[in-house]
Amino acid sequence: MKKVKKKINFKSDVMNQSTGQSWVYSDVVKDHFFNPQNLLLEDPEPGEYDAVGEVGSPACGDVMKMWVKVDKKSDKIKDLRWRTFGCGSAIAATSMFSAMVKEAGGMKINLALKIKPQDIMKRLGGLPERKIHCSVLADKAFRKAMNNYFRVSDQPQRIIALSGRIIDKRLNITDKDIEEAVLEGARNLVEVQRKLKVGVGDKAAIPELEQLIRFYVEKYYGKG
Amino acid sequence: MSMVKNKKNNIARVYLDNAATTPTAKEVLKAMTPYFFDVLGNPSALHFDGRRAKGALGLARQQVAKIINAESAEIIFCGSGTESDNLAILGAARLYKPKGAHLLTTNIEHHAVLHSVERLENKEGFKVSILGVEENGIINSKKIFANISPETILISVMYANNEIGTIQPIKKIGGLIKKWKQKNNRGPTEPPFFHTDACQAAGYLDLDVKKLGVDLMTLNGSKIYGPKGVGVLYVRRGISLEPLIFGGGQERGLRSGTENLAGIVGFAKALELAQKNRKKEISRLTILRDYFFKQILKNIPKTFINGDLKNRLPNNVNVSILDIEGEAMLLYLDEAGVSASTGSACDSSRLEPSHVILALGRPYEYAHGSLRFTLGKQTTKKEIDYTVKELKRVTEKLRKISPLNFKLGEEKLFCPSRIFVQGGRPHWERKKINKPAAVKP
Repeated sequence: MKKVKKKINFKSDVMNQSTGQSWVYSDVVKDHFFNPQNLLLEDPEPGEYDAVGEVGSPACGDVMKMWVKVDKKSDKIKDLRWRTFGCGSAIAATSMFSAMVKEAGGMKINLALKIKPQDIMKRLGGLPERKIHCSVLADKAFRKAMNNYFRVSDQPQRIIALSGRIIDKRLNITDKDIEEAVLEGARNLVEVQRKLKVGVGDKAAIPELEQLIRFYVEKYYGKG
Repeated sequence: MSMVKNKKNNIARVYLDNAATTPTAKEVLKAMTPYFFDVLGNPSALHFDGRRAKGALGLARQQVAKIINAESAEIIFCGSGTESDNLAILGAARLYKPKGAHLLTTNIEHHAVLHSVERLENKEGFKVSILGVEENGIINSKKIFANISPETILISVMYANNEIGTIQPIKKIGGLIKKWKQKNNRGPTEPPFFHTDACQAAGYLDLDVKKLGVDLMTLNGSKIYGPKGVGVLYVRRGISLEPLIFGGGQERGLRSGTENLAGIVGFAKALELAQKNRKKEISRLTILRDYFFKQILKNIPKTFINGDLKNRLPNNVNVSILDIEGEAMLLYLDEAGVSASTGSACDSSRLEPSHVILALGRPYEYAHGSLRFTLGKQTTKKEIDYTVKELKRVTEKLRKISPLNFKLGEEKLFCPSRIFVQGGRPHWERKKINKPAAVKP
């Protein structure tokens, strides 16, 4: 471990061989990648954690699983552990997320649910644009774990619904697809259309589309 | 030259990415040097300096021609392996289109080939058949033969694959194409023509174009300890191409632009060295490669070899390591001083996993967890021992981080389609599927 730590400040950005583009992993990303925090090392005993949530797919290249302990009185996160199958930024983002919710004696659930991928990225000192989708899995896994907690702790009113709404009726494209397109790098209507061919058939969908794209671009890339 | 110490960080670097590019050999650089300073003319100029340059260019061309058993006039120098592939495919397809608009290739070709035929299919009205390789990463030559039609004008099959090192039966395919042409009364200057990308093969395999029965062959400098920025296209006499670059008419009008003389001389030297040392390097590297494979399989559970073990370049090791992702492995190995490469989606600019690993019929998980190590003339057994030791450590660490725990033989459990958001397809395939929807009115 010590040996690895010493090498972290090695100032060479990882380059993509085919494009020559720099990944620009910040030192914070590298630190969380090489020394991940709050990892679940041993398989948990049944009932040891109050909730579990898993998102992603091994076929797509990212899977994230979270185990959470909740302090019922204060509604705060007492402990959060995770495991991730994924690339450098996925591992770093999950590690950073776990550190964030455990700061200062644990975050209130409602506050932790408000953590956006943007907030994780800010704390990581940024991620290469194409890698942003890796980090959004952390908040999704957490949301899923919390829904699991709300269900088992008999608080169904707190469950956050996760279903897509159809925007383009002709091609059956939902707001989730548009969110994904934005995460894959599309920033405006033309780019989203190029990715999804949305609104090509259903012209009536365009105003709402533009609104959604603005919303997601702001959510993941910030204002301006 | 063994492990190179990086003084600043005191980490030994082990370079195992020779299929990406090789360091330039000292002898090559030495051969190139005069052409930066002493021989300063433009080969197109008539004066003494120009004539000297032209003489050197001719000599280099002769050298290359001799090695591949061709004539000087059949050698076209260009800027890279990619450019050479592009010139072969776009050049032949565009010129011979009146004779037929069908192209034949395989699904493990380099992107320089696949993106070229894709372009012709999408924008220029060609029909393209991309044939699948067998599970071992080798194309069945009979499959090629069966897919030749009177409309076929070009068949492109790589000599050796860059990711998994599998050697394709070029000689056999060349023979079958000849047979088809005879049966269909087609002369040697009539299509279909046979192109092979031999960039990865050049250091290790026989390049005799007559024996191979190829009409067009691509070579480049950066994989054979030569300079980057030099490619060669062998164009058999009697075959014409439509140029991609226009200007002063250099290289028989097929590749205008002042010749990169130093690079060309360096390339000729590199090819000469590569072919001279070929036999010795093959036996040395084959032993190292097989030892490497054995050590990986012995030390790291749940590991698969990608591609045929026998018909394989002596310097290529490609494995899939289950439960963990390639980019993470690559970065951990990098910190340990080992340079490797991966077919994981995360390492590609398009976030798609390697088309070559997928072509083997393996699930996506294998592509994401694939690692390629390509040995070179500087590689030692000590370096391989070090790499295996580090790979074992890295794998154990990343497996601790990973929530997955696939078991061998449970591949069927992989990837239930419901996990994909739309249409049961991962995001990189969805784009392709969406494509036809846009064309329809």
